[in-house]
Amino acid sequence: MKLYELTAHELHDKLVSKELSSVELTNALYERIGEVEDKVNAYVTLDKENALAQAAKVDAKIAKGESISVLAGIPGGIKDNISTKGLRTTCSSKMLGNFIPIYDAHVIERLRADETIFLGKTNMDEFAMGSTTESSYFGITRNPWNLERVPGGSSGGSAAAIAAGEAIWTLGSDTGGSIRQPASFNGCVGIKPTYGRVSRYGCVAFASSLDQIGPITKDVTDAAIVLNSICGKDEKDATSLPVEVPDFTKALVQDVKGLRIGLPKEYFGEGIDPRVKEQVEKAVKKYEELGAEIVEVSLPHTEYAVITYYIIAPAEASANLARYDGVRYGYRNLEAKSAAEMVTLSRTEGFGAEVRRRIMLGTYVLSSGYYDAYYNKAMKVRTLIRRDFEEAFQKCDLLLTPTSPVVAYPIDGKMDPLSIYMLDVTTIPVNMAGLPGISIPCGFVDGLPVGMQLVGKVLDEATILRAAYTFEQATGYHKVFAPLGGKHND
Amino acid sequence: MTKYITVIGLEVHAELKTKSKAFCSCSTEFGGAPNTHICPVCLGMPGALPVLNEQVVEFAIRAGLALNCEIKFFNKFDRKNYFYPDLSKNYQISQFDKPICLAGHIDINVDGEEKRIGITRIHMEEDAGKLVHSGGSISTSDFSAVDYNRAGVPLIEIVSEPDMRSAEEARAYLENLKAILEYTDVCDCKMQEGSLRCDANISLMPEGATEFGTRAEVKNLNSFRALVRAIEYEVERQKEILEKGGQVVQETRTWDDANGKTLSMRSKEEAHDYRYFSEPDLVPVELDDAWVERIRAELPELPAERQARLMEEFGLSKYDASIIVASKAMAEYFDEAVKTAQDAKGVANWLLGDVSAYLNNAGITISEFKVTPAHLAELVNLTKEGVLSSKLAKKVFAEMLKEDRAPKALVKELGLEQVSDEDAIMKLVEETIAENPQSVADFKAGKERAIGFLVGQIMKKSKGKANPTMVQAMLKDKLQ
Repeated sequence: MKLYELTAHELHDKLVSKELSSVELTNALYERIGEVEDKVNAYVTLDKENALAQAAKVDAKIAKGESISVLAGIPGGIKDNISTKGLRTTCSSKMLGNFIPIYDAHVIERLRADETIFLGKTNMDEFAMGSTTESSYFGITRNPWNLERVPGGSSGGSAAAIAAGEAIWTLGSDTGGSIRQPASFNGCVGIKPTYGRVSRYGCVAFASSLDQIGPITKDVTDAAIVLNSICGKDEKDATSLPVEVPDFTKALVQDVKGLRIGLPKEYFGEGIDPRVKEQVEKAVKKYEELGAEIVEVSLPHTEYAVITYYIIAPAEASANLARYDGVRYGYRNLEAKSAAEMVTLSRTEGFGAEVRRRIMLGTYVLSSGYYDAYYNKAMKVRTLIRRDFEEAFQKCDLLLTPTSPVVAYPIDGKMDPLSIYMLDVTTIPVNMAGLPGISIPCGFVDGLPVGMQLVGKVLDEATILRAAYTFEQATGYHKVFAPLGGKHND
Repeated sequence: MTKYITVIGLEVHAELKTKSKAFCSCSTEFGGAPNTHICPVCLGMPGALPVLNEQVVEFAIRAGLALNCEIKFFNKFDRKNYFYPDLSKNYQISQFDKPICLAGHIDINVDGEEKRIGITRIHMEEDAGKLVHSGGSISTSDFSAVDYNRAGVPLIEIVSEPDMRSAEEARAYLENLKAILEYTDVCDCKMQEGSLRCDANISLMPEGATEFGTRAEVKNLNSFRALVRAIEYEVERQKEILEKGGQVVQETRTWDDANGKTLSMRSKEEAHDYRYFSEPDLVPVELDDAWVERIRAELPELPAERQARLMEEFGLSKYDASIIVASKAMAEYFDEAVKTAQDAKGVANWLLGDVSAYLNNAGITISEFKVTPAHLAELVNLTKEGVLSSKLAKKVFAEMLKEDRAPKALVKELGLEQVSDEDAIMKLVEETIAENPQSVADFKAGKERAIGFLVGQIMKKSKGKANPTMVQAMLKDKLQ
């Protein structure tokens, strides 16, 4: 088995037993990146020199017999919308193409404290707006399971890097499904924690009330390990929750007996690829066999989730992205004759089409005369969606749904934006309600991975991790590796 | 000809005296080198988030209570969206539909007439940075630089009802407001440094009309003088339009202090659509009774209370008391001086007379006045005790202005003690009577005025040091 095929917890044991050094491991990862990156394009920026220096530090520590954290010396990738001091953070946008942050995101501080290794910054949809990673200014990322398919998005680079063996673990961010959907398309594990579980400080804002950072990994154990490192109250994020963080690895027990799993009927109806549905239903059967109790529940406002999301998220984005004006940092048009013209031209030229589309949408729904009809109404519907979940959780301990109604689709530009928006119907409501959700592999359709989503109650990551772990250990889909096949058209 | 009534409402921005900024830990200190009090948060760096400084809420509550407002317990922040290079996020964190304070008032007194001016609301927000133009203004500059030291400094915006009817009322309102903000120590109120800024909404309506006229909002009023002049200018401008049968345009205007006129900035059509929505990066702040009541209990004596106290305790006139309390520093100076002064009215007279005249001439405030309250009190006492005549006291005061020294020492050094020794004065009286038989005769013939001449002669002989009251009494006594 290749080193890049192993998980963080497996590699940790090898580091501690001195069977392997972190420098060897890091070099192996860069070697792998060298082999496949021209096909996959998972990274925007690599940081080999610093990564190897950090690896050497960890090796020195091990040599001295000092104890290290589970993630120490284990190479990972960071989505390029998470601020890394001194390392270019572009959000895959021309706007921030040369932007080097002056501070570390809170999660980066925590991971540095755990002495982990950052291989580089992973590709994404521009400013996390998209579900295909096609809107990146730095080129599209390809799905390692079939290079003619999209990797999903917006954390497509982070998921593809895991599937292609270009990182042991990665961080993504999830505003409407941007961790879970690419995890599903790439056969990975991806978890979006409860809103407020992880500090957003340093995560470049798309939609502040929905954004949440989370890990993408090869298995559930690694997801729990990364969560342990990044979760917790941060004084610099007023929305981070002042609650204690449990040791998530303690939730990794193979036992779902008596666990009540709710199947929201709206998620299994129209619009779902029947082959995807079949795989997810197989997973439901498996849970039954494992002793879980399956109950049908209803989330009646599901049909309004996407449209509501596409009002609230762009509205927040229109303000969040206003700061990119060429005045303080980022792309600036140098020909402009006035300050106002400089701002207009810098924004017009610095942002791609999808970002401009969402800024316009958001500006429109907040405009005087339209605010009540759109934004205000959407906020009310958001409350109804949240209540749907609260009611469903009266009858069950967690929910099970397909992560996406489809598997990874071709990179052929045949999907119009609206159809792509509609595919987020399974993941968006979870963000709207601020709940934790995990996607784990549960089968294949035409050689492409299918993911199932488990949704927990607020702050109850433990239950979904336990259910995910039990399924994973009883099946083994996570052990299948992406073939890097298919035609590469670049 | 139609008579017009002027209608004025003021919007005042007051920078709060918190040590750190509203949403980050940067210093709020004024006058640092450009861009030295900045961090990722107030610079609006990608990914940075605001966290509320609770002192801002504390100060806003304190100001609200001092301004007789109702304090709202549920508080949230909103984003006010507009593009300007000095606004680092291109939105301002403010409060839109749920301001922290509502329905307050300030009582003013203009020409002896009491009037209550309503306060509509007070809300919390953050300040923007400052543009520094390479040329004189943004339109004539090749480039402009931005200093973000001020970005994120907390402000409260105090919006009045349109209750004022003249420039003088507006001035009185602003003076009282400034005094209250100083007393409560929430703002240092330095208009020239921009820590207190004022915009005025001004309109005219024909006498007898029930509806207000169309208003113009005038910005950039950086002094009391600018406020008064701008209102007077606007009233004339609008009157001229109305008298010609025209209509005042609803617009934002700016005060051009150098040329003494208001200039159009933008019309109603060009007005910003601020697209307010709740700030998702901050959580609502819920106040509780204990918090508000603690602040209420800790409120210092306010100008109105202090004025009443000065009148009652020291017998000052309402006018004198009102002028002393209008400046917190002046009132504190007074309170300090009367601790040792035997004559509080005497202290007030000095403060409102020679001291104020000196400060005005020197262009300084009482905080920069070098004569200590104790020394002024000593000077008052020397007059009261008869050691100094008022004329000599002024001489001593002039010396104290050169260098703040104890008046007693100065009096000795300059040999200015008033002579109150009976024998010495009697000697002078007798001498003068002997030297001026004609005047003595005139007085005895009933010419009362002659006594004035004799007193003058005695004072001259004493080089002004004889106690004039004693001279008068002893002279009369001797002549009768």
